[in-house]
Amino acid sequence: MNYKRLTLFAGHYGSGKTNIALNYALWLRRQGLKVTVADLDIVNPYFRTKDGEAQLREAGIRLISSEYANSNVDLPALPGEVYSLLDDRSAHGVIDVGGDDRGALALGRYVPAIREEGDYEMLFVLNRSRPLTRTVDDALEVFYEIEAACALPFTAIVNNTNLGPLTSAGDVIAGQRFAEEVSARTGLPVKMSCGARKLGDELYNKVSNFFPIDIMQLYYMEKEGTSLGKTNL
Amino acid sequence: MKETVLMKGNEAIAEAAILAGCRHYFGYPITPQTEVAAYMAKKMPKIGGTFLQAESEIAAINMVYGVAATGKPAMTSSSSPGISLKAEGISYLAGADLPALIVNVQRGGPGLGGIQPSQSDYDFVTRGPGHGDFHILVFAPSSVQEMADLTGRALHLAWKYRMPAMLLADGTMGQMMEPVVLPEPANAFGDDNPWAATGTEMKRPHNIVNSLYLSPDELEKLNFQRFERYAGIEKTEALWEEYLMDDAEICIVACGITARVSRNAIVEARKQGIKVGMLRPITLWPFPKQALAAAAEKVNAFLCVEMNMGQMKQDVELAIRCSRPVALCNRVGGMIPTPDEVLAHIQKIAEGGNEA
Repeated sequence: MNYKRLTLFAGHYGSGKTNIALNYALWLRRQGLKVTVADLDIVNPYFRTKDGEAQLREAGIRLISSEYANSNVDLPALPGEVYSLLDDRSAHGVIDVGGDDRGALALGRYVPAIREEGDYEMLFVLNRSRPLTRTVDDALEVFYEIEAACALPFTAIVNNTNLGPLTSAGDVIAGQRFAEEVSARTGLPVKMSCGARKLGDELYNKVSNFFPIDIMQLYYMEKEGTSLGKTNL
Repeated sequence: MKETVLMKGNEAIAEAAILAGCRHYFGYPITPQTEVAAYMAKKMPKIGGTFLQAESEIAAINMVYGVAATGKPAMTSSSSPGISLKAEGISYLAGADLPALIVNVQRGGPGLGGIQPSQSDYDFVTRGPGHGDFHILVFAPSSVQEMADLTGRALHLAWKYRMPAMLLADGTMGQMMEPVVLPEPANAFGDDNPWAATGTEMKRPHNIVNSLYLSPDELEKLNFQRFERYAGIEKTEALWEEYLMDDAEICIVACGITARVSRNAIVEARKQGIKVGMLRPITLWPFPKQALAAAAEKVNAFLCVEMNMGQMKQDVELAIRCSRPVALCNRVGGMIPTPDEVLAHIQKIAEGGNEA
């Protein structure tokens, strides 16, 4: 799979941008590259890139995030350090953009520098299981709102259709078809389809450019494999 | 089979309210519940509903009062400090016997506190959040699915009993994403509400929606009548879930996110041979006193797991008439207890080192 110096993940709120950004950064690192991740999310109060800080550090990846992330302070501030990602062209950058047009607005200030360099991919992350992006028209509404907010056109689509721990290979395949419909309407290619690595055997030949996800976001207050029972009301 | 979607708790509340027939939302942004308003802003204009960002929390709750007076379902949402502001309006709704849905996605306090999750509004909302004698229905969901299911139920029961209902979540529940099967669209509210102020067309006496009574006799009578209604609700509407309680010697009492944490701890404790179960209140008012009293007949000790200074613990002690020791495992200020912390408390009780 090809990559550019800067990879930006944007899309609908809750489409899985942060999770993919973390996994993509690790993948770039495994190619032997120097990698920096920048968290530009000024919308989401919890469950942020910072939750993956230890794993990134262990892998030798630098994380730039707001010093207020995961604190009790509700300040939509971006660190000045983000500019170092644009200036230091020796490192590959993964940029985790906030959700929807509201989140993408914060990207706008960096767009002139990103465009000037020209070595970037702007990826539209799409999860068909999210209720506000279940039709192509709804997905395109979000797509164009984000482009208008940050003034950086998308260059490709990422299928990240999932239902969290319940995701089946069939969900990913259905998502791939959905992403292809969005691709037909926008003229942009589908760069990759994401899914848990354990689904790999079922997916490698069925979706284009399967991208295995290793770090899944587990709620830190729960242990793997246990979940709440369903209550009949 | 209905399709499963992936939603944030806050979004599930918003969509479930729409599916239940609510077309009027008034709110004011505050972390960690803003997604409720954001979802409504996106969706309501597309379905002919009303989304209005009011100038304050106080304005929003009074707009809810206005819509409710016309017999239409209305809702607002906020987080702890915003609910304090709404308290006056909630009291007026209760005093006028109006139905309304109020969503509270709790954060740490008191004061501005912080934006991380808490359960520290327990006492505030279960005692009737506002001045005067009244109660509101309080629901405490423990999964995104339950947030969707209980939203419809809260709206429905608010209507049935003509009283405000609160969906009481915490920041974690509001922000976490889980698969959910959305409920079927329904409209439990009817168009003909004999109490609503919809215009008489000169065919009937005026319906007056009001909480001011000039005669103390009349006001006293209304208060007594209202509490008779509450007594009936306490008998029939309490909800709870029991988990591994059949042979339990220790009973954890926890709701919302701490019930999920506790469930993990119980699984671990059971592996170590400790007979522990959980009674999870789903309604906090009415509190499932009956179930707790019955549990007290079987178990040796209780352990409350809370994200406050032990507010629900007092309700447990009252429900069981202090017949068993009740211990507390708690974190506050935006911190969440870990399964290991809960497990340590269970182990201590099992070893007889009961701190209560």
